Amino acid sequence: MATTFNDIQMTEFKRLVARYPEGKQKSALLPALHLAQESFGGWLSTEALDYVASLLQIEPIEVYEVATFYSMYNLKPVGKFVFEVCQTGPCMISGSDNIIDYIKKTLDIKPGETTKDGMFTLKLVECLGACGYAPMMQVGKIYKEHLTKEKVDSIIAEYRAQATNN
Amino acid sequence: MGVKLLLDKANVPGIRTYEVYRREGGYRSVEKALKQMTTDEIVEEVKKSGLRGRGGAGFPTGMKWSFIAKPEGVPRHLVCNADESEPGTFKDRYLMEFLPHLLIEGLIVSSFALGSNDTYIYIRGEYAWITNILEQAIEEAKAAGFLGKNILGTGFDCNIHVQRGGGAYICGEETALIESLEGKRGNPRIKPPFPAIQGLWMRPTVVNNVETLAAVVPIINMGGEEYAKIGVGKSTGTKLISACGNINKPGVYEIDMTITVEEFIYSDEYCGGIKDGKKLKACIPGGSSVPILPANLLLTTAKGEPRYMNYESLSDGGFATGSMLGSGGFIVLDEDQCIVKNTYTLARFYRHESCGQCSPCREGTGWMEKILQKIETGKGEMSDIDLLWDIQRKIEGNTICPLGDAASWPVAAAIRHFRDEFEWHVKNPELSQTSNFGLQHYADPIHVPA
Ligand SMILES: Cc1cc2nc3c(=O)[nH]c(=O)nc-3n(C[C@H](O)[C@H](O)[C@H](O)COP(=O)(O)O)c2cc1C
Ligand code: SF4
Ligand code: FES
Repeated sequence: MATTFNDIQMTEFKRLVARYPEGKQKSALLPALHLAQESFGGWLSTEALDYVASLLQIEPIEVYEVATFYSMYNLKPVGKFVFEVCQTGPCMISGSDNIIDYIKKTLDIKPGETTKDGMFTLKLVECLGACGYAPMMQVGKIYKEHLTKEKVDSIIAEYRAQATNN
Repeated sequence: MGVKLLLDKANVPGIRTYEVYRREGGYRSVEKALKQMTTDEIVEEVKKSGLRGRGGAGFPTGMKWSFIAKPEGVPRHLVCNADESEPGTFKDRYLMEFLPHLLIEGLIVSSFALGSNDTYIYIRGEYAWITNILEQAIEEAKAAGFLGKNILGTGFDCNIHVQRGGGAYICGEETALIESLEGKRGNPRIKPPFPAIQGLWMRPTVVNNVETLAAVVPIINMGGEEYAKIGVGKSTGTKLISACGNINKPGVYEIDMTITVEEFIYSDEYCGGIKDGKKLKACIPGGSSVPILPANLLLTTAKGEPRYMNYESLSDGGFATGSMLGSGGFIVLDEDQCIVKNTYTLARFYRHESCGQCSPCREGTGWMEKILQKIETGKGEMSDIDLLWDIQRKIEGNTICPLGDAASWPVAAAIRHFRDEFEWHVKNPELSQTSNFGLQHYADPIHVPA
């Protein structure tokens, strides 16, 4: 996977930086890391972090300390689709435990692991602001809400189909 | 049906687009404020309205605005707090997703009042699709002449930028949010200086919640005095409540703050009662940080008066017998829920979200999580309950930011009101793994729907 932005990604990067005053380009760091993660296969390697540092003209350490602080940045490779299931109070009292157990069993992985075919990663996360639509999980930029076992089955099938069609 | 000032148009087809929003009367407050009012007059209207910050702390918005420093030649900024990460809270998401132009309209008026030419919306990173909705709305408003240079020919320039966070509850705290906007870790700053003096890039900054800024629209349209007539006492206007947990109709409701908690839970207009005909056990009425209340103290105050859905009534009795309206995240637990387990998941949340700067918070949240897990899995001892109580007391008030308090209060309230359930867990290590304590300990009658 390349660790430089293509033309489209570079245009987006420039748009992000332009939102801040002269000399305050470091403010674009969080959005730039999101862009890098999306562009470079869903995770941020050290090369990717260094690349973002060079683009923003800041020290690599300034990027590392941010990338390790926030939960959305993956610093290790992940599967093609990451199931981030919420396990906080409101989801728990609405049955998230059963959903988590079911995903573990169906994909035969534990939280933090990726399926052998590299397709799915399971992550347990804290409240995603969807408490009224629980149980729920985030997959990429999408929220999957009101989860049931049947719904989990069809979501897995949907992503498998998506992977074969691409 | 109560008064609706924010969500009244939420169901109009196409309201997300500029065209429909404008046809329904949108952006009138921008015309009024920018063309007919001075900035001081706008601040005055907001003061008169009695509007209190909707992000959780309830600080009077007009007063906050009047604190902003105006040093010569230094730009000022308005920042909209759309980090919404307090468990139980999902109201700002609803407002932004379905009425993006209402927020943009409120932001333009507020930016004008505060003199912010570059205004930022800091949105939690997970709300990626809402970022797109907001950016679309901003483009439409710009095309219509409500944003950009020389708005409506008044000479006022304003741009709104949306920045996604990276996943961190602490970035909802306003100084952590500012740090994050500057591209840093979300470590809260020591105050003073307050953001109104030195905030974003050390410039005077006001941080307000999404719902607060949206409420500026009806305030300008109807006038502060009229707005203040809705509600009761210092709880003026309307409030968005996001209701979740074991109820029939989870969702986001706009209430005027004169209804009782009982009506909110049991009426079909709102939560529609407890799911599956079960009984109400407990409720966290204002987001995970506020004290949990058992059913009896939730529905009536310690004095036996009905409790209302507003700032004063929910906090009646202090922490001994009351709670808080907080962010409006209303979490309902039925008779089958385990208080120990619920408290454990919240303790885990706060440990995960502590930024780690202060030892009482960093260490204390970790200990509380471990001890609660121990009790929850049937390995607890009686002394653990007292230890928990001790730890939470040592965190509260001894930290840089209020996350320490926010982590302590849920644990304290759970022990205060449900100590016998914790003790039952300790005494019944095996039974507690397969069954729940239920409602056994209630001396007072539990509300059962007719
Ligand atoms: C740990 C913590 C998390 C917070 N999270 C949020 C949040 O997600 N959204 C919000 O508007 N305010 C949040 N706040 C409150 C903000 O610090 C600040 O008071 C608020 O944005 C001010 O806006 P308001 O006066 O309009 O409510 C949080 C505070 C703390 C201590
Ligand atoms: S109280 Fe906790 S979250 Fe707040 S600054 Fe201290 S360590 Fe960080
Ligand atoms: S608790 Fe799961 S989305 Fe809020």
